[in-house]
Amino acid sequence: MDALLQQIINGVTLGSVYALVALGYTMVYGIIGLINFAHGELVMVGALTALTVIAALLKASLGLPPALVMLAGLLVAIPLCVLLAVGMERIAYRPLRGAPRLAPLITAIGVSIILQNLAMMIWGRSYFSFPSFLNVTTYEFAGASITDLQMFIVLLAAALMVGLLWIVKRTRLGLAMRATSQNIAVAGLMGVDANRIIVAAFAIGAALAAVAGLMVSSYYGIAHYYMGFMLGLKAFTAAVLGGIGHLGGAMLGGLLLGLIEALGAGYIGDFTGGVFGSNYQDVFAFFVLIAVLMFRPSGLLGEKSADRA
Amino acid sequence: MNLSNPKLKWLGFALIAIALCAMPFALAAVGQTWVRVINLALLYVMLALGLNIVVGFAGLLDLGYIAFYAVGAYAYALLSSPHFGIHWPFWVTLPIGFVVAACFGALLGAPTLKLRGDYLAIVTLGFGEIIRIFMNNLNAPVNITNGPQGINLIDPLRIGDFSFAKNEIIAGLSVTGPMKIYYVLMGLTLAIIVLNFRLQDSRIGRAWEAIREDEIAARSVGINTRNMKLLAFAMGASFGGLSGGLFASMQGFISPESFGLLESIMVLSMVVLGGMGNIYGVILGAVLLTGLPEVIRFTVVPAQQVLFGKVLVDPEAIRMLAFGLALVLVMILRPGGIWPSAVRRRELAPRKGGVAAEGVAR
Repeated sequence: MDALLQQIINGVTLGSVYALVALGYTMVYGIIGLINFAHGELVMVGALTALTVIAALLKASLGLPPALVMLAGLLVAIPLCVLLAVGMERIAYRPLRGAPRLAPLITAIGVSIILQNLAMMIWGRSYFSFPSFLNVTTYEFAGASITDLQMFIVLLAAALMVGLLWIVKRTRLGLAMRATSQNIAVAGLMGVDANRIIVAAFAIGAALAAVAGLMVSSYYGIAHYYMGFMLGLKAFTAAVLGGIGHLGGAMLGGLLLGLIEALGAGYIGDFTGGVFGSNYQDVFAFFVLIAVLMFRPSGLLGEKSADRA
Repeated sequence: MNLSNPKLKWLGFALIAIALCAMPFALAAVGQTWVRVINLALLYVMLALGLNIVVGFAGLLDLGYIAFYAVGAYAYALLSSPHFGIHWPFWVTLPIGFVVAACFGALLGAPTLKLRGDYLAIVTLGFGEIIRIFMNNLNAPVNITNGPQGINLIDPLRIGDFSFAKNEIIAGLSVTGPMKIYYVLMGLTLAIIVLNFRLQDSRIGRAWEAIREDEIAARSVGINTRNMKLLAFAMGASFGGLSGGLFASMQGFISPESFGLLESIMVLSMVVLGGMGNIYGVILGAVLLTGLPEVIRFTVVPAQQVLFGKVLVDPEAIRMLAFGLALVLVMILRPGGIWPSAVRRRELAPRKGGVAAEGVAR
C-alpha cells in the first residue's frame, strides 16, 4: 500500500510538470493548429538558464535565502523563454500561416533542432547537476515519503493553472483568445488583433515552460541540452490525452500521464513476472497516445470533431 | 533537350550508364571515403524513395519511418551474424527483412487509418520510439537484440567465395569493398527508381494521389482507401526494410542508437526539402543532405583551425545547426521543396482573382 501511495505522489509531481508544459502546446494548437515541436526546447532553455543564474548566485555566496535564489533564476529564465517563443513565432511560424499544414510542422522541427544545437554550443554536452542548496525536507506520510519540494512543485503548478484559467475565462485577453481559437477570421472582424493574441499564447506557454524547466531540473537534480525533447513529446501526449485545444484537458492529461508512468514503471515488473522492467517507462506515454487516438481521437475532454485533417 | 529522337535518347541513357559505372573509380581516385559517402547517399535515396511513397504519394505524414529501416537491419543482423550463430545468405535474409518490414508497416497503418495530418505524425513518431526502446531493452530476460551494445560481426554480402567486402584486383583494376557494394546499391536503387515511376503512373499511384488530395472524394469514386493506405504503408516500409538490411551488411555493426528520431527527421527532410511527391526532387534531396554534411565536416574543422588556431565549435553542432536552418528557410522560401512536383508547383503558384488563402486557422 505504501508503495502504491509513493508511486501516486511521484506521479502527481511529474504530472503537474507535464500539465504545465502541455498547456503551452494546447494553447498554441487551439489557436493556430500548429504542433509547436520546439516547445519542449523552451523547457530545456528555461532549465539551463535558471541553473546558470542559480549557480552564479551561489558562487558569489551572497547568503541569499534559497527561495530568493530560485526566484532570481526564474526571473531571468522566463523573459528569455518568452523572447525566444515570440521570436520563433515571428520568424518561423508567422510567414507560414495559411500554408499547407506540413510546412509549419517541418519548420517547428527545424526550430527545435536549432535550439537544441545552440544550447549544446552554449552549455556543452555534459549533464548539469542541480546545486544542492535547497535543504529538502522529507516527510513520512502513511508509509510513503513526500518532500517539501514535491509539495511546492504541485502547489505552484496548481496556482499557475488557476491563474491561467482566470486569464482565459475572466479577462478581455482571454475572451479574445477564446474567440480567436473558435474562428480566427470572425474574431478579426470583431476587432481582435489575431497576431497579438497568437503572440500572447506563445508568450504565456513559454513562461509556463520556463517554470516547468526549473521544476523538473530541481526535482531530478539534473539538466542537459537534450532534456526538452522527450519531455516535450510526453507533454504533447498529455495534451492529446486530455483533448488538444482544451485547457482543462491538458491539466487532466498531464496528471493522468504522470500517474500512468509512475504506476506503470512501478508495477510493470510485477505484472509481467519480471519480463519487462521499469526501463520501459518511456514506452507508456506512446502506447497511451496511440490508444487514445485510436479509440477517442478527440481526447478525454475534447469535443468530437468530424474532420481533423 | 529534344528527347523525341529515340537514337539520341538511347545515347543519353548509355552515357548516363557509363558515367554511373565509372563513378566509383573516379571517386576512389579522390579518396575511398567518398565512395563510402556515395554508398551512404544511395542508401538514403532508397530510404527517401520509400518514405516518398507514404508521404509524397499518399500524403500520410510519417515521422517514425526509421523504425522500418531498423526492422530490416535487425532482421538481417539476427539471421546473418554470430549472435544466434545463424549465417543465412543475403538473398534469403534481405527478402525476409523486406517482408518483415512490410508487415510492420501494415501493423502501423492499421490502427492509424482514421488519423490524418499531424495526429498521424505524432503517432508514427511514437511508434518509431517504441520500436527503438524495445530494441534497446530486448536483451533481457531473453537476449534477442543484445540491447544497447548492438549486434557485431554481421556478415557482409557474399555469393559463394565472392565477398563484396574484400578488396581485390579484378581484370587488372584494383576494386575495393565499397566499390563493389556501390554496384549492388546502384542496381537496387535504379530498380527502386523505375518501380517508383511505374507505381506513380499506375492505378495504385493515381489512387494514392486521389487520397492525398481528398480522401472523402477518393472514397466516393470507388477507391478502397483502407487497402490503398495500408498498401502505401507496407510498400514504403518494405523499401525501408531493404535498405536497412543493406545498411547492416555494409556496416557490420548495428545498435539502436542508429535508429533514433533524428534519422527519421533526416529522411523526412530529404523528401520534403527535395520536393515531396517528385521522384527527381527526392533523389536530389537525399544526395544533397548526405553529401553536404560531409563537405561541412571536411571544411569546418580546417577553416576553424586557420581562423582561430583551434577547433572552437564542434563540427557536428554546425552540421545540425545548418540542417535546422535549412529546414526553416526552405519551408519559408520554397514550400514545395527545391524541386517540387508539377502538382505542387501548380498549387503553390500565386492564384489570380480574389480567392482568399483558405482557412487561415485550420
